[in-house]
Amino acid sequence: MGQILQAKNIHKSYRMGKQTLTVLRGVEMSLSEGEFVVIVGSSGSGKSTLLHILGALDKPDKGTIEFNSLRLDQMSSGRLNQFRNRQIGFVFQFYHLLDELNVLENVILPAMIAAGPVTWLGCKKTVRQRAFQLLERIGLAERLKHKPYELSGGERQRAAIARALINQPRLLLADEPTGNLDSKTGYGILDILKELNQQGQTILMVTHDDRIARQAGRIIRLSDGKIVS
Amino acid sequence: MIGLKLSWRYFWHRRISILAVASVALCVFIVVIVMSVMNGLAGDFKEKCHRFVGDCVIRSQSLVGFPYAADFIRELEKQPFVAAASETVQGMGLMTYLGTSFEAGVEYVGIDPQKYSEVTNFAKTLQYHADKPENAFVPPDVPELDGCVLGIDLILLRSDTGEYSPSSRPFLLRVNISGFPLNPKGGFARAGTDTVSSKTFYYSDHIHSGLVRPDGGMVYIPLRQARLLSGMDSPIERSSTIHIRFADGVTAEDGTEKVRQHWREFMQSCRGKPYAEMLDSVGVQTWRQDRREWIAPMDKEKMMLALLFLMLGIVTVFIICVVFYMIIGHKSRDLGILKSVGMSSPSVAAVFLGFAGIVGIVGTILGTASGCLFLWKINDMENWLYNHYGWRVWDRSIYAIDQIPNAVEWSTLMWVAVCAMGACLVGALIPSIQAASKSPVRILQISQI
Repeated sequence: MGQILQAKNIHKSYRMGKQTLTVLRGVEMSLSEGEFVVIVGSSGSGKSTLLHILGALDKPDKGTIEFNSLRLDQMSSGRLNQFRNRQIGFVFQFYHLLDELNVLENVILPAMIAAGPVTWLGCKKTVRQRAFQLLERIGLAERLKHKPYELSGGERQRAAIARALINQPRLLLADEPTGNLDSKTGYGILDILKELNQQGQTILMVTHDDRIARQAGRIIRLSDGKIVS
Repeated sequence: MIGLKLSWRYFWHRRISILAVASVALCVFIVVIVMSVMNGLAGDFKEKCHRFVGDCVIRSQSLVGFPYAADFIRELEKQPFVAAASETVQGMGLMTYLGTSFEAGVEYVGIDPQKYSEVTNFAKTLQYHADKPENAFVPPDVPELDGCVLGIDLILLRSDTGEYSPSSRPFLLRVNISGFPLNPKGGFARAGTDTVSSKTFYYSDHIHSGLVRPDGGMVYIPLRQARLLSGMDSPIERSSTIHIRFADGVTAEDGTEKVRQHWREFMQSCRGKPYAEMLDSVGVQTWRQDRREWIAPMDKEKMMLALLFLMLGIVTVFIICVVFYMIIGHKSRDLGILKSVGMSSPSVAAVFLGFAGIVGIVGTILGTASGCLFLWKINDMENWLYNHYGWRVWDRSIYAIDQIPNAVEWSTLMWVAVCAMGACLVGALIPSIQAASKSPVRILQISQI
């Protein structure tokens, strides 16, 4: 399997009033295509910050990130938007679905952003078809017209996974996707991720739960902004 | 596409949108009503002024008038751009109704009613001789004597409702007018007991021009009688004004400029004639310039209202701005989500500007529709208020209007709509740009907390 992502010497700090909070101190890691990697660490260890930087939601203060030979740390914000839209799928702990849109609309949201108004009319049917398939696959075929607040936590997270996959991203980033769910529902979400990985989806997940982490192919441990194993 | 959809959904699902729409609609409603009424009043007043004096006025600055008006009128009537011209003699006098104690200071105007009606709307304002203005000064009961035409407020009482009390035609009412005849140099034309010149006329008609001064303080009398009263009959016949109506298609400004050229040439041709120096005090003006003393206060009020409503517009922008800050504050999590799935900052700003646009469109439509509806029924409502509570916006015994003008001008509506839309977009611009420039990571981290 080829390498899809490589991060070298990543540093990141935030200003908190007059103080500077250093979160990442020279993180080095890589990810191969088709891998299911989990980053574990205690609260405040910098897991989510690393995930955001790898997913081009944030920029490192120092260091390089290569995604398929593309230098993310040197990209303009416009190209980063495009990159995030096409190559990355995000799944968040708190689902982050838009309450104004129903399940189907939430799922096709990234595809609509990717297409633009004119192209959208041409590809609308194909995208909707793909959204139906994804929602059927994760068991939400009956909930297409429901609003997020009408769904359970597990259903919302499944809808968020479908949204993350609509543009067929090369990398799925999951930030504590089971953190807000009971264990049974959480394992259900994990099963979906494992199934996706078996079908070839590269996944990078953040969790603080070792039991969940053990389900992944590789575990990266983060402590005080550094990878320790 | 998604931007428009989200704008619409935000609009439809947020109760705060109602507040934004209400504030826009209310401002549009008020501006449409006030501007329409004010434009109606100003437009109506200017039109009355225009019809009252014709397109162009040649007026002497002096009380003693100017000579050779008839000669210049003959010259003017040869010009294709002139449709009609008529001279007047004007002076101040004291009017008394014989047999009563009624006395009033008036401005008497000597005219040839036939010719004057060709230039102005004098005939149309007459009560009894609208079809035959040449008989305006012929009292039906004593046709051999001179009649006079009074301003309506000098002969009839105006009620609170703006209606004049019906009166039988007081054709045997004798009106005495006293004036001071002046010689060409401005001195009294006669000495001793003849200093004041008095003439008695029979009431023959009255005018209702809708203008306060003519209706309340003017008396029209035959031209030759006015000359006798003012002393403009000797040693050379003089006039106070020449009123001109231009041919169709000739604007007041263009026509007046041509008249000025002819007047200059006419003055040159009169050099050496007796009293030609009196022509130096004569000015040629458009009706608007001639009536500026009447029109200027109205225009000033209109301008002040426009400024007041500009301030109202600024308040609207502020309200919209506050509303959008509140809305965007509530939707900051959505901004993070949209950015995390690849929406660009301009597109995020466009979502909220689209929202503002929808608020503007809906608010403008509601405000305009309710404003037009209010205007349509404004006189009915005013009448209802008067009938039930005795209250009127404009006391008709004071203001020379019959009804509140309620005609809606499309150009005014267009301007109000464009300004309302602009105010919404300007109000939403800063919050939208601020929202778009927020870091998605920060937003999502905060919303997780």
